[in-house]
Amino acid sequence: MKDWPLWEVFVRARGGLDHRHAGSVHAPDADMALRHARDTYTRRMEGVSIWVVRSADIVASDPAKGEALFEPAASKIYRHPTFYELPEAVNHM
Amino acid sequence: MQPNHIEALLEVADDSLVLGQRLCEWCGHAPTIEVDLSLSNLALDLIGQATLLLDYAGEREGQGRDADRLAFHRDAEAFRNSMLVEQPNGDFARTVMRHFLFAAYANPLFEALTSSPDARLAEIAAKSIKELRYHLEYATDWLERLGQGTEESHRRVAEAYDWHWRFVDDLFFDSEAWKSGAESGLWPLRAQLRPAFDETLNAGLARAGLAEPKPVWPIVGGRLGKHSEHLSSLLATMQVLPRAHPEATW
Repeated sequence: MKDWPLWEVFVRARGGLDHRHAGSVHAPDADMALRHARDTYTRRMEGVSIWVVRSADIVASDPAKGEALFEPAASKIYRHPTFYELPEAVNHM
Repeated sequence: MQPNHIEALLEVADDSLVLGQRLCEWCGHAPTIEVDLSLSNLALDLIGQATLLLDYAGEREGQGRDADRLAFHRDAEAFRNSMLVEQPNGDFARTVMRHFLFAAYANPLFEALTSSPDARLAEIAAKSIKELRYHLEYATDWLERLGQGTEESHRRVAEAYDWHWRFVDDLFFDSEAWKSGAESGLWPLRAQLRPAFDETLNAGLARAGLAEPKPVWPIVGGRLGKHSEHLSSLLATMQVLPRAHPEATW
């Protein structure tokens, strides 16, 4: 049981909402990972649907490259749609 | 509901209560934190079922006993659970096999109880059956993995089957109290549930690649209050606090 792979767990809280990352579990295979996810993360009615994926199958960005990846966006304020004048009839934007 | 029907209700309630208490012993000791949580979830389902059933039995009895009173202030010989559920946890394989056998029996039973003319009992069964379906799936999944896993896991789960097989007839024992309820149409005879059990059993065994158990002399008596030595020590742990402090509340 020490060599069980790690699985990332995504839970959909309600119909219509996105699955969100809830945490991770160890399990010998995908079916047991779903059971472990159910027993670990939906004990208090947190969800209506669960996804699990092998942690090893997730491709992640390199934190060391954060500067090159994300900082250039900081100076592009025009990418936020905040320069438009909205008509009166459009509320809650 | 006649007095002996209440007695029969205890047979169902006590199975859930005693198995729930047994599973609680895994808390903090399971092989991994995930399995620890899974087993605790199963335990809490069972204790919830027992609470509903015992409260109902106490109400029908009309002597002022509630679920706590019935759980904590009866001695071993007053318990009507089958001997299967009081068996020690043993290793993980034994716990899984015990749970598989119990769930394979409890599913057709609670399924039948959902259409009992006793509305309260049918209501409790409707809530419980959803839990018990999961119990059966969970236990079958583990049964398969242990059976098809390593040489050691296969050996252990086969040994667990040999060990528990002797108690299966006790699970299905139709006491006079149970027969009386069956005659009144409250529930089927347990013997009538056996074909459904056999079907589940054979399917589970096939998935796990397990052979017939070694022939053993079946042991019966749990439904009559005759228990193995293990029940007393289980009850001692479970009952010590409310017995020492009968007025305590929490």
